[in-house]
Amino acid sequence: MMRIFVVLLSVALFGAAKLPVEQTIAAAHRRLHFRAVDFDPGLREQIGQLGFIAGLSGFRALVADVLFVQAHVAWERTEWGRVLLLFRQVTTLQPRSLLFWDMAAWHMAWNASAAALRDSTQPRLALRIKAQREYFQLGKDFLERGIRNNPDRPQLYEALARLYRDKYNDHQHAAEFFHKAAVLPGAPSYAKRFAAYELSRCEGRESEAYDQLHALYAASNSERLPTLIRRLKDLEIKLDIPLNQRILDPAP
Amino acid sequence: MNRPVHRTFSFGRIAAITTNTFTELSRLKTFYVLLLFALLLIGNSFFMAQLTFQEEFQVLKDIALGSMSIFTSLLAVVATARLIPQDTEDRTIYTILAKPVARFEYLVGKLAGVLLLLAVSVLIMSALFFAVLKLREYTVLSETVRQMHASPPDQVAEALDAVRASSFSVSLLSGIGIIYVKACLLAALTLFVSTFATTTIFTTVVMVFVYFIGHLQAIAREYWLQANSAGWFTKVFLALVALLFPDLQLFNLVDDIVAGTAIPLALFAKTATLGLFYTGFYLLLAWTVFYRKEL
Repeated sequence: MMRIFVVLLSVALFGAAKLPVEQTIAAAHRRLHFRAVDFDPGLREQIGQLGFIAGLSGFRALVADVLFVQAHVAWERTEWGRVLLLFRQVTTLQPRSLLFWDMAAWHMAWNASAAALRDSTQPRLALRIKAQREYFQLGKDFLERGIRNNPDRPQLYEALARLYRDKYNDHQHAAEFFHKAAVLPGAPSYAKRFAAYELSRCEGRESEAYDQLHALYAASNSERLPTLIRRLKDLEIKLDIPLNQRILDPAP
Repeated sequence: MNRPVHRTFSFGRIAAITTNTFTELSRLKTFYVLLLFALLLIGNSFFMAQLTFQEEFQVLKDIALGSMSIFTSLLAVVATARLIPQDTEDRTIYTILAKPVARFEYLVGKLAGVLLLLAVSVLIMSALFFAVLKLREYTVLSETVRQMHASPPDQVAEALDAVRASSFSVSLLSGIGIIYVKACLLAALTLFVSTFATTTIFTTVVMVFVYFIGHLQAIAREYWLQANSAGWFTKVFLALVALLFPDLQLFNLVDDIVAGTAIPLALFAKTATLGLFYTGFYLLLAWTVFYRKEL
């Protein structure tokens, strides 16, 4: 009896001593974006009981991967509702995985939206276009939530910029997000260039775009790509840049 | 004639028990079946990874590290749970303890045998995992070079660097280290449970519950420490869970490492130290129960 008491007392005392250590490490995890998932009843409803238990048992990434593979199969069968549902679950379970946010947005804004526009069961074009816009919005939502979960990584900013450029034809926002991607560590070298290209297509911001493109042109020979030279030449004409200040390269 | 001096604590005796335990465990069929399944899963991750055409390595790493985590945790529980009951059933324990071997040495030797087995298993799985990862990296690099043969060299170099960066990172080693530490903790806790349990099944079932509760402990702890309107009964229950169980979620770093989060050395050191403290504490608890246990 005494031994049981000693053991229980030791466990409780050790428990009290370990609590602050566990709290400190848990706080460090949150600060460093580990364990970014809150296991609340909302998540349980989303991923089902089995997935919830598996997630709780430390197999969150594995469950997310299985659901990702299911989403892949649903995509092959063009079951767009199921693709959306599965990607919501996947991104909830693994919010730090850029691949899942990017793929979810791509499926919605590119694949599902194209399928909605060609939907032969819907004779009214207006409704097909409405459905297409809804899928664009779903793709944008995925990327915005992905950015909220990964504000320190450039890939999703870049994906959102592409979505604004290709789907909304919104060069202002595209330039903004390419620029946000370009200033983050690990950004691809073209992000800065793309930001300037998009800016050059914004009414009223040509002068700003010209300065950026010219700075890139002057920075290194490797930046003097045909598109950059073409955009610069167009802007020189549009902004009526004096001949002696224009670049010497011939128009590609 | 001088009689040899008997030391109360001998590394030699512990080493002998460790070696015997390791040999005995490595002859278990269960070990090979579990290891085979883990190796199959890790090998299979190579093909699963081909489902994705972006960031090919994520699925591969998730499956491989997930398999390692499952296998080491299972092995830690299954192998440790049978140690004392098996020795009791075979009467080996009486032979050992009848000799001048302290009970603490017996427990340390047994646990060290399991930890050695876990270390060997983790090494085998890591070797296969890194081989699969390198093979996949080589394939992706070749494909990238082939697809970008017309691109400027700096763009090709950038793309190749990106492939290499997404394949291997030092954080993977830290993640594997934490998987091992978690398995050590589970083995020590299982040893503690087996000192008062009567059967292997009982110990294993208790450990399955402990495993799940351990992963929920963080939620209980945070809810308990928050100022909220929970009744006293709930608070007492949550406090018990928080105090009596280890927070196993602290050792689940691989999910986020695979997703690209880097693990700083300080965090790795803190987590590993906590795990080793847990292991030492549960070993001491096991000894507290075992040293006066009637056999």
